[in-house]
Amino acid sequence: MYLPALAVVCFFIIYPFLDGLKISFTNWDGFSQTFDYVGFKQYTRLLKDPDTWLVVGNTLLYGLGSTIFQNVLGLLYALLLNQSIKARAITRTIVYLPVIISPLIMGYIWYFFFAYQDGALNDALQFFGLHKINALGDPNMNKWLIVFVNTYQFVGIAMIIYLAGLQSISKDYYEAAQMDGATAFQQFKNITLPLLMPSVTINMVLNIIGGLKLFDVIIALTGGGPGNASQSMSTFMYDLYFNRQDAGYAATEGILMAVMILVISLAALIFFKRKEVEA
Amino acid sequence: MDKQKKVILTVIAAFITLFHLIPFYILITTSLKEKGDFSSKWVFPKHITLANFSDAWQAANLGNAFINSLIITFFSAVLLIFFGSLAAYPLARRQTKLNKYVYVIFIAVMVIPPLTALVPLYKLVVDIGLMNTHLVAILNNVAAYMPLTIFLYSGFIRSTIPKELEEAAKIDGASTIGTFYKVVFPLLKPVTASILIISCVFIWNDYQFAIFFLQADEMKTLTVALSGFFGQNTNNLNLVASAAIMAVAPMVVLFLFLQKHFIQGLASGSVKG
Repeated sequence: MYLPALAVVCFFIIYPFLDGLKISFTNWDGFSQTFDYVGFKQYTRLLKDPDTWLVVGNTLLYGLGSTIFQNVLGLLYALLLNQSIKARAITRTIVYLPVIISPLIMGYIWYFFFAYQDGALNDALQFFGLHKINALGDPNMNKWLIVFVNTYQFVGIAMIIYLAGLQSISKDYYEAAQMDGATAFQQFKNITLPLLMPSVTINMVLNIIGGLKLFDVIIALTGGGPGNASQSMSTFMYDLYFNRQDAGYAATEGILMAVMILVISLAALIFFKRKEVEA
Repeated sequence: MDKQKKVILTVIAAFITLFHLIPFYILITTSLKEKGDFSSKWVFPKHITLANFSDAWQAANLGNAFINSLIITFFSAVLLIFFGSLAAYPLARRQTKLNKYVYVIFIAVMVIPPLTALVPLYKLVVDIGLMNTHLVAILNNVAAYMPLTIFLYSGFIRSTIPKELEEAAKIDGASTIGTFYKVVFPLLKPVTASILIISCVFIWNDYQFAIFFLQADEMKTLTVALSGFFGQNTNNLNLVASAAIMAVAPMVVLFLFLQKHFIQGLASGSVKG
């Protein structure tokens, strides 16, 4: 009964992945019928290429940076919106809304905000008598804007998962702690956080994988530029294959990306799983 | 909670709401401004016009793009539900050695994004002659979200469906497939709803598969149509904003109607994921 499902996964994921291993040992340009096997040449090239380390660094920043911001903010939002306050339902809806919007379109929307010409940010800066900034063209700044937009878009998922986790913690613990005179911070540290660890694990792994494979937002905001400054491994691989006819090398970058995501997400999974306690 | 604390928390929540609304405010006001209106993005338009919407609809060929996105999302979701549930059932119920290996394969694939194999995948699609067809986007999406679908279904079957029901059906002479469709599948409704919601959002919003495999004009999905349109109109953002609003509108409307299910679906889906 699982044969159709297995077939489609084998044909469109596993087979291409194995074929990619093969291509990473060639100098294929992506179009010709012929190519040569070059051994580990693409791999040694990968290690020596300064662009590799630039895009790996960016990819790690997108993956780990967004993960940290999404989790810290998502947890704070969830703690706030778990209280019985008036604006609760509407705030949850608004924070969550961007989750369902295409990341590409979310990138365009923030482009209206950060654009050098007539962008909302520069309109505001000029209104206050400050200089315009070329936020998206600045190679040191635009990486953080990409992290910011990714965080803005997906903080809602983290918030919802933390809210679900908070609501599953029994009130009895807090009542007992209050009788013993525990402060709010002590209650958070000794009850909330340990019992929330399963939600932390899921959020960490989901956000890491999401951030490390980031593509759409980068294309929309900076196109990977200026130069290669804000490229991630996904956009770099796309560029190598379609614009620079360097398919063998692109396949090698793909292998590196797959290994990176696998190692980092598994490490995070094991690390946070160990911190989980039985309720 | 004392009153003063409540007021402070409500004010903080209001600030968060306002901050998160900024991009939407800018998007909407930009779309309503006339062509020559170069006022600040923060200023509400002096004259509201809807002309941008009809202009953008035609110039970006959004009607055609809507149909492509609909076809791809609909068939991908149906195939995911149909083959995913069918696959999860034996993997959840019959723990043979082979089945355990197959399950591990599905789960292992879940971590690695299919597009790390972009080069060979592109080559494969060209070789089997599926470039610029709905079918290639559908099959890629089905493959990409199949592991998650199986994971959610088999977890749900294991934890909530009583085995006795299936045994009773067997005694009455139902086949395995008959038992599955008549007895088990109807009980999977809550998780089916979650999977449907998650996969439809992801597939509707997909850009990567679409930009690689659907570049012909008549095959463009909403995201691809919009990215081409943006490239040509970076100095007419009013037009781009209108097109963007029309492209996100169906999902936003759906979300506002099905909000509760959306949030539950993603929460339960990811908690079990």
